Amino acid sequence: MNVAVTHFNYLAAVVLMMIGLYVLFSTGNLIKRMIGLALFQTSTALFYISLGKVSGGTAAIRIYADSPEARALAAQLDPAYVQQFGVGGVVYSNPLPHVLILTAIVVGVATLSVGLSIAVRIREAYGTVEAGEIEAVARVDAAGAGRGP
Amino acid sequence: MILFEALYVAPPALTAQAPILVIAGPLIGACAAALSPGGRTAWMVSVLTAAFALWMAVAVAGEVAREGVIDYALGGFAPPMGIALRIDALGATMALLVASIGVMGALYSGHALESEVKAEKRTLFQSGYLLCLAGFLGLVFTGDAFNAFVFLEVSSIGTYALVAVGEARDRRALPAAFSYLIFGTVGATLYVLGVGFLYAATGTLNMVDMAMRLATLGDNSAVQAGLAFVVAGLGVKAAMFPLHGWLPGAYAGAPSLVSMFLAATATKAAIYLIIRFVFDVFPEGEFGEVFLSWILAPLAAAAVIICSVQAIFENEVRRILAFSSVAQVGFILLGVSLATPAGLSAGMFYLVAHALMKGALFMAVGAFAVSVRARTVEDFSGIAREAPWSAAAFGVGAASLAGVPLTMGFLAKWSLVSAALQAGEIWIVAVLAIGSLLTLIYVGRMLEVMFFRAPVRGAERAREAPVGVLAPLFVLAGLSLWFGVDATLPASMANASASALVGAAP
Repeated sequence: MNVAVTHFNYLAAVVLMMIGLYVLFSTGNLIKRMIGLALFQTSTALFYISLGKVSGGTAAIRIYADSPEARALAAQLDPAYVQQFGVGGVVYSNPLPHVLILTAIVVGVATLSVGLSIAVRIREAYGTVEAGEIEAVARVDAAGAGRGP
Repeated sequence: MILFEALYVAPPALTAQAPILVIAGPLIGACAAALSPGGRTAWMVSVLTAAFALWMAVAVAGEVAREGVIDYALGGFAPPMGIALRIDALGATMALLVASIGVMGALYSGHALESEVKAEKRTLFQSGYLLCLAGFLGLVFTGDAFNAFVFLEVSSIGTYALVAVGEARDRRALPAAFSYLIFGTVGATLYVLGVGFLYAATGTLNMVDMAMRLATLGDNSAVQAGLAFVVAGLGVKAAMFPLHGWLPGAYAGAPSLVSMFLAATATKAAIYLIIRFVFDVFPEGEFGEVFLSWILAPLAAAAVIICSVQAIFENEVRRILAFSSVAQVGFILLGVSLATPAGLSAGMFYLVAHALMKGALFMAVGAFAVSVRARTVEDFSGIAREAPWSAAAFGVGAASLAGVPLTMGFLAKWSLVSAALQAGEIWIVAVLAIGSLLTLIYVGRMLEVMFFRAPVRGAERAREAPVGVLAPLFVLAGLSLWFGVDATLPASMANASASALVGAAP
């Protein structure tokens, strides 16, 4: 139980991932499949962002000790903590996972758009976006004539 | 690699920047191809760009032969902070293979596209082709685990589109491309997840740095889960049994050029990355050994047997070749799973051999497709009388696939068997023997129909393909024969790759 509370962010990522995977393989509708795929990809984003989060950490923008921002921040923070780490010694969250996941999101968008455009072409060629109906037509295609025109 | 030592193909200033030019060239070329006014211009851009990438890859290979390992810090940010390209003998070998196949494919696409791709799609097709090329070349050069994901996806997104273009010949290409996209994206996401685990455990993405930190971590379940996710994700891209479900449809539906390019480079690049992670990044130890001998080897053996049998019962020529590809990936991974220098070297040699022969086979199928719409084995009846040159090249590729002596396929199988014997793995020898016999059955069936049967009466007659199609086809088929007699070049590259991985000359 304790683990479930302290690691609920990872649990959320896992649950989200499983939902995505389930949607992906339980439906025959190509558009719904793309939705499942998007969920599946997004769950890794949550996982990465969780990794980079440092408890009490702030966004990784350099704050100088004698700036008004630093004083405002120090007022919010625990005085004992400020005593130990200094006024400007704010704990930052790890920015690298954010950068990585930004790249992954761009990749995800590209994949999604290619997938959806293929779905559009499938609709044009087969007249449906249901996997079952497409397979039925494809079987007819496969049984079709040999050396054609 | 010794052969490359005295090779200075580019001025020193250019050679110093060659690692990034290999990748940037095709990327820029892809933009230029997309902007070009017509298919013909795009084709010329494609050929020139691919040739440039090959030139730079040879320059890199020369540097690697002289210096061992090249570290190239992108943008001047020193690793492990910045993204680094790290090229050793294995990476240089893969880049040479990918770039050579890329040039052959680009040459071949001049005429071959006419029968298989709609005219208005040809400029964008070339653009996608160059994107894939850039992705694969980046994948084999990068020294950064996350950067590898980006290149993996650059190439994959290109291939999804290229496979879908095959609808002009066979509309089944569309659902095939869609399922390829689903499988491929799930695989890539699993890879990202695995890299996330490794990053969480080590705090670095640089592969060399990661390997050093992993070595001090000892048994760590996050690291083991990370490796499992990475290999499962890459296994999808490499069509590792049983994650190969997307492959037969995609290869059968795609234009012949794309099937050729994918069979020769896409799965190989993913195999390369698996090898890189298992042998270079992951520390030596019980977990790795158990993984190789109890997961990789049995799955590879299952691929060899099961997919060869599936190929025998398949009736469409392209699907036979596709199932055969999955089986051949099994052969390669069997060599790798031995984890000995000889085994790795044999696996690499087999990888090159398979790229050449499967490239020739798909190119030959494309050469027939220029004049006839043949699909099933029976459709190819007597085609050797109508298009003798293409059929001869097909025959050479098929002979190499079956492992007939005096072809590269024979030497590849031979070195696999001797590596397995050396490692004392008799069951692997047995699997290799059974797999080769099964290969002989489906190859023999195709050849018998093509060469010894009369053409179906009343069917449309095939013509010989134009020279622009035959020339690259003959180069690949010729190399399969040449390396079957004198294998100094590929063997030395395979040996150098193996010793770059496990550090001992076989």
